[in-house]
Amino acid sequence: MRALAWHGRHDVRVDTVDDPEILNPRDCIIKVTSTAICGSDLHLYDGYIPTMQAGDILGHEFMGEVVEIGPKSTLKKGQRVVVPFTIACGSCYHCGKHQYSACDNGLPADNQDIAQELYGQPMSGLFGYSHMTGGYAGGQAEYVRVPFSDVGPIVIPDGIEDDKVLFLSDILPTGWQAAENAQIEPGDTVAVWGCGPVGLFAVQSAFLMGAERVIAIDHFPKRLALAKRFGAETINFEESAVYEALMAMTGGIGPDAVIDSVGLEAHGFFVDNVIDQIKKSTFLGTDRAHAIRQAIIACRKGGRVSMPAVYGGLVDKFPLGAFMEKGLTLKTGQTHVQHYMPALLNAILEEKIDTTFLISHRMDLEEAPQGYKMFHDDQNEVTKVVLKPGFN
Amino acid sequence: MSQSPTDHTDDAPPTTWKKGDPIAAEGLPTTTGDSIVGRTVTINRPAAELFAYFRDFTNLPRFMENVVSITPIDATRSHWVVKAPAGRTVEWDAVVTDETPDRVIAWTSEPSADVANSGRVEFRDAGARGTVVTATIVYDPPAGIVGKIVAKMFQREPAIQARRDLRRFKQLMETGEIATGSFTRKQHDEEFA
Ligand SMILES: NC(=O)c1ccc[n+]([C@@H]2O[C@H](COP(=O)([O-])OP(=O)(O)OC[C@H]3O[C@@H](n4cnc5c(N)ncnc54)[C@H](O)[C@@H]3O)[C@@H](O)[C@H]2O)c1
Ligand SMILES: [Zn+2]
Ligand SMILES: [Zn+2]
Repeated sequence: MRALAWHGRHDVRVDTVDDPEILNPRDCIIKVTSTAICGSDLHLYDGYIPTMQAGDILGHEFMGEVVEIGPKSTLKKGQRVVVPFTIACGSCYHCGKHQYSACDNGLPADNQDIAQELYGQPMSGLFGYSHMTGGYAGGQAEYVRVPFSDVGPIVIPDGIEDDKVLFLSDILPTGWQAAENAQIEPGDTVAVWGCGPVGLFAVQSAFLMGAERVIAIDHFPKRLALAKRFGAETINFEESAVYEALMAMTGGIGPDAVIDSVGLEAHGFFVDNVIDQIKKSTFLGTDRAHAIRQAIIACRKGGRVSMPAVYGGLVDKFPLGAFMEKGLTLKTGQTHVQHYMPALLNAILEEKIDTTFLISHRMDLEEAPQGYKMFHDDQNEVTKVVLKPGFN
Repeated sequence: MSQSPTDHTDDAPPTTWKKGDPIAAEGLPTTTGDSIVGRTVTINRPAAELFAYFRDFTNLPRFMENVVSITPIDATRSHWVVKAPAGRTVEWDAVVTDETPDRVIAWTSEPSADVANSGRVEFRDAGARGTVVTATIVYDPPAGIVGKIVAKMFQREPAIQARRDLRRFKQLMETGEIATGSFTRKQHDEEFA
């Protein structure tokens, strides 16, 4: 089959590799019909995520048609499914609590060592996201082996086009969980850093959960314009001072809840960010964390901090004092995708949530390297790239 | 030199002690080595089910990476074949030294064994969370040719090997399968070779 493989920093290629096979009883194989490039993939592309190996197949946002099933799969050949990016067993203690991204059994035993050392306990597996998260071949490919197919994939009714439901795999539940973690109360003002796909779904979700105002922060006019479309007010951090603007816009109180949907590659010429970049390039620190610092400082006293953005290692100059003194609450984590899929599928079918607005580019899987480059180099124009095998 | 177990004032399990004599405290035979490894995992299944699976030693090679086969000789004795360097294997007989149904199983290699070792696995009911499984292994630390075999038997570090084997046991019991990141049969066979 053809598949997009990582070969190094800013070097991804479509290679011909072996087709996947059923290896465990609960597996299925799907033939991919649509797959997206995620902001998280850019962290791999930029070489920020350790334990990548040349030839690793990327992609964790995908859907397709079931073409093979293991004896314990509950799917049927020919069904169309969206696959969650978190690989979870459905039968451990954490899965029982719907904390799917904390599944005990998603990671192969040997791959659990790194996370156990680094984080204290291993997390669930992830598709196409380094060996630390299981070394699973991803979905930017013609075919994928999907473990635990009896609990992960969600079946899509006929007649609903891929583009409407594809984002159930990751960014829609991620934006939703981000808003849920912000514990929004009626009348709240919520500030969202980053108007990428995650931030834009967090904006929509926050309004659906009763936020009165949402303030969206980014520096790309087109992305800010999308946030405005859903009713957000905007701050362009290249044009205005973020903290000062937020204070002025909230009567000096600060937002009731803040959401960091930027992550470890924050842009901008901020002093702490520049120091972080120097440290990153000299291996003194791993994560650039400007947005989360600014969010904590801006948040109102007793407010809530939600952090869907991905961090992998250590940061310094974390404003722990402000966090403690103001009595803030922080909620974060990889998304428990399986938990949110059924309700969000209904919300899409009932047209309560708009998903297709996000897609700026549709390309053939063969053009994936070009898609990565565009998404990386021109985030203003490129909001989401969807790859379709055999599109041309 | 070594302190008696009673010198300890805290409740930490002996295998995590920085001082004292954890082997004696665990009641394991010191004749089989002077290094001890302990690992604990919680498995979301009833103790009786876990005990029954484990007590049938023929099942152990499914999740113990370096054990090729275990053949029962009689009710308490079994013959173990374990991977050794250069594609060879090493074999010994082991005898069950302690057994309480659904609670404890312990074994030790017979004195004639080249690779002295012993192990004990406890199953403790943990209510809604399932069963806490604690494995304790006593072995000789790597030295000489026998040490090399021991090192191979436990792959890298015995502690890491025991941890990985327990994780596979948990996966098998909770999910009915052992997770793999491979996507072809060939990769999978190499991974578990
Ligand atoms: N928790 C999860 O399970 C999960 C799932 C998917 C993605 N993520 C993470 O969420 C984050 C966002 O993902 P995405 O796909 O939307 O990524 P993206 O790269 O498309 O969007 C990030 C946006 O942040 C903006 N930004 C950069 N620096 C900023 C700053 N200082 N202030 C405000 N905005 C700034 C960028 O201009 C960009 O528009 C990433 O870290 C990604 O890894 C997490
Ligand atoms: Zn993603
Ligand atoms: Zn699980």
